[in-house]
Amino acid sequence: MNLTLKIWRQKGPQEKGKMVDYKVSDISEHMSFLEMMDVLNEQLVNSGEEPVAFDHDCREGICGMCSLHINGEAHGPDRGITTCQLHMRMFKDGETITIEPWRAKAFPVIKDLVVDRTAFERIQQAGGYISVNTSGNTQDANAIPISKHAADEAMDAAACIGCGACVASCKNSSAMLFVGAKVSQFALLPQGQVEAVDRVKNMVAQMDLEGFGNCTNTGACEVECPKEISLENIARMNRELVKASLIKF
Amino acid sequence: MSVLDSKVPKGPIKDKWTTYKDKINLVNPANKRHIDVIVVGTGLAGGSAAASLAELGYNVKAFAYQDSPRRAHSIAAQGGINAAKNYMGDGDSTYRLFYDTVKGGDYRSREANVYRLAEVSANIIDQCVAQGVPFARDYGGLLDNRSFGGVLVSRTFYAKGQTGQQLLLGCYSAMNRQIARGKIEMYNRHEMLDVVKVDGKARGIIARNLITGEIERHSAHAVVIATGGYGNVYFLSTNAMGSNATAAWKIHKKGAFFANPCFTQIHPTCIPRSGDYQSKLTLMSESLRNDGRIWVPKNMDDVKGIQEGTLKPTQLKEEDRDYFLERRYPAFGNLVPRDVASRAAKERCDAGHGVNATGEAVYLDFAAAIERYGTEQAKIHGVSNPTKEKIIELGEAVIEEKYGNLFQMYEKIIDENPYKTPMMIYPATHYTMGGVWVDYNLMTTVPGLYCIGEANFSDHGANRLGASALMQGLADGYFVLPYTIGDYLADDIRTGPISTSTKEFDEVEKEVKDRIDFFMNNKGTKSVDHFHKRLGKVMWDKVGMARNEKGLKEAMAEIKEIREEFWKDVKVPGSHNEMNLELEKAGRVADFLELGELFAKDALVREESCGGHFREESVELEGEQKGEAKRKDKEFAFVSAWEYKGEPADAVLHKEQLEFKDIELKQRSYK
Ligand SMILES: Cc1cc2nc3c(=O)[nH]c(=O)nc-3n(C[C@H](O)[C@H](O)[C@H](O)COP(=O)(O)OP(=O)(O)OC[C@H]3O[C@@H](n4cnc5c(N)ncnc54)[C@H](O)[C@@H]3O)c2cc1C
Ligand code: SF4
Ligand code: FES
Repeated sequence: MNLTLKIWRQKGPQEKGKMVDYKVSDISEHMSFLEMMDVLNEQLVNSGEEPVAFDHDCREGICGMCSLHINGEAHGPDRGITTCQLHMRMFKDGETITIEPWRAKAFPVIKDLVVDRTAFERIQQAGGYISVNTSGNTQDANAIPISKHAADEAMDAAACIGCGACVASCKNSSAMLFVGAKVSQFALLPQGQVEAVDRVKNMVAQMDLEGFGNCTNTGACEVECPKEISLENIARMNRELVKASLIKF
Repeated sequence: MSVLDSKVPKGPIKDKWTTYKDKINLVNPANKRHIDVIVVGTGLAGGSAAASLAELGYNVKAFAYQDSPRRAHSIAAQGGINAAKNYMGDGDSTYRLFYDTVKGGDYRSREANVYRLAEVSANIIDQCVAQGVPFARDYGGLLDNRSFGGVLVSRTFYAKGQTGQQLLLGCYSAMNRQIARGKIEMYNRHEMLDVVKVDGKARGIIARNLITGEIERHSAHAVVIATGGYGNVYFLSTNAMGSNATAAWKIHKKGAFFANPCFTQIHPTCIPRSGDYQSKLTLMSESLRNDGRIWVPKNMDDVKGIQEGTLKPTQLKEEDRDYFLERRYPAFGNLVPRDVASRAAKERCDAGHGVNATGEAVYLDFAAAIERYGTEQAKIHGVSNPTKEKIIELGEAVIEEKYGNLFQMYEKIIDENPYKTPMMIYPATHYTMGGVWVDYNLMTTVPGLYCIGEANFSDHGANRLGASALMQGLADGYFVLPYTIGDYLADDIRTGPISTSTKEFDEVEKEVKDRIDFFMNNKGTKSVDHFHKRLGKVMWDKVGMARNEKGLKEAMAEIKEIREEFWKDVKVPGSHNEMNLELEKAGRVADFLELGELFAKDALVREESCGGHFREESVELEGEQKGEAKRKDKEFAFVSAWEYKGEPADAVLHKEQLEFKDIELKQRSYK
């Protein structure tokens, strides 16, 4: 395949960026999207130009490092996968592909396609944990039975990889799906109950502080989420928040 | 006497750890506040260590090259984590886990360390459940277990196919709690480029801020390296793109011995390479071998037809298929350990029977399992005289329930439906048992410098069993290091903060900066990847699944040549004071180019076959085991610990003799 790529280039956080056109040829349909980007970068390095910076690491859809808005869609045209799992057979010979970074106020661009997602870190630090010491003085793992349904549902929520596609695909740049997933995981487990009230309040407060927008129930996040995290998690978080607001210590 | 002191405590193996813990020096809580610890790496090992040390009261600085601790490559582990809980009541025990690990490692690990690992394993599960890790459960609400290759009990805990992810998120949440309390200072997007020693002790590191390019000095009373394995020395592996050996190699060059570099695990079930553009390989979990049958066509005509695409595997009659694992190892069949399965696949492909265009793939076929499960289901659901279609439909549903996510992953990559046509698989580099040498305290040969997780060599001998790496990482970080490091730090309570304005920091920082300047000014003609791929090819061809003297000697010479060419001709665009991914890669590949040569040298010296290390000269010549790997316990029951002396070829070998007091040495037989 021969392709034209329109890619966002931006030298640094303070600089202005712009779209730049590149051509790549002899792309195999069996390549992954990022391997196609490798081909482009090898080409750029060989001609003495700076390669395009993009985030990636595991290249198997689990670390959450890769991002990219491809032809206007977070993680590209396929469903239930990350950019690193996208394959070139999804594209046609001669096609022009537009590649941009995540766009959100809370995710400033660092360079080219790389954005700063540390806002997510600070939300997790605000309460995304159970306060248990790692000393080993815990009770036996089977002391509290947990229904298989609750455990499975908690697992589905916990599958979030923190990639930020939900934010990038939301017209309000809301982080509700990401935060809802974490709140839900703990809300579904007995271990998470003790701190439930503070957790949801603190995480949501931090989310607002970071400049993420409100949720207006458009549902774009669920569609683009590579782990198919369900909107149900946002509903559960809202219920937790209401519950928390009723409790006065 | 050897310069190596393993510091294994005296006494019966069962009591060693407990007695030792009782007598070890402690640092009182008020003093911990005055002690700083650097932890490099935040995977399961580093993450659990950072959280635990911070909780004890030390001031922790943690480093990772990704933009969050949650993205360390531990996240990619699929299958599960072992623990001797004996929840299944199938006779599991600390001793049995210990025994399986030593035997599985082909008797090349240190007994006392492995026993301790088995001993603390049960506690790991308690800890993780308390953190909210959503392990799989049965309908009664209790934890579920599965079974893995090479053992006879079910002791593997799992969270769907994402066990590593969930365990790492557990660690990450424990870290976040300490970050919020100000006890951990987290340095994301930072790469450690060297260690700084003061008066012979590790007292700090030099790191590069990967966003600004700034070179930073960080000091501490002790430094912990938890940077993962070096599998990317092969270029292609199941590791993450950024997985590297830089931290481990840099400390090696500053005095930490490097142990058993040639012990590397080649995993049999990975998705084969499809072309030269391939950037990494994807693992298909070992659990698939429970139901998949591995085969290649018997006749070369069929092979040709399949390779050219004129013949489909499903068209081949039973008698024209060679189920080579079942043929060679009737007792264990498709469930032989990883090293054995990998070599057998390679042997068939080398003989020309490979089933894809590159000739490097074998089939993993689920048709028989689908039929078996389908028939069973038909009986259970009372379907009388089920049609073939019905049986297949029922059987496929069972397979989907068990391996659905893996099948989907396969289909996304290969674009073939593995329910309808056999999967293609081929071995790939997966895990490195070798690593930085450490004593019982997990301290390297440099005082105050520790190494944990996959980066050290300690527990898996010459071959690692499935689901044991996650166990080791968390054991090291949650339960071992927090005790042993206190013993060392007890002497440091009056030291006070370590200054970074000293000549020791000046010197190391200069080395680091000089190297970066060199890359930026070299103006060569070839990309970093060009050299990395060439190194990978030599490693795979000559230091891969089967090794011999001639090939290893050639490999050493060739790697040296590539390295020299690299330094002359590598090209790194951009500048040093900004985010520069090519510069990051250049530094990592430079280190792999040295490590690769030591790796080959280690393989050359070890003139025996054991675990993942197969020397063609060392095979059984007769009897039932004819053609199988031959271990030589009399000459080689030792750990090779290499001391750096300039060129990798000049490294000096120190031997830690292994003693087996609690387990009898036997040949592994899977016939
Ligand atoms: C695909 C796959 C599946 C697996 N499945 C299983 C399984 O089912 N069960 C099992 O037990 N094991 C499994 N393993 C093995 C296991 O996952 C690893 O051995 C283990 O997670 C390693 O953990 P670690 O903490 O030592 O290192 P890692 O998780 O690799 O972490 C390394 C850390 O070091 C950091 N780092 C590296 N270099 C530097 C540097 N120079 N400066 C700063 N930071 C640095 C990284 O940022 C990262 O935080 C699997 C491995 C793979 C690849
Ligand atoms: S909810 Fe989905 S899209 Fe959002 S961060 Fe998690 S995995 Fe990514
Ligand atoms: S690179 Fe890890 S999810 Fe894409």
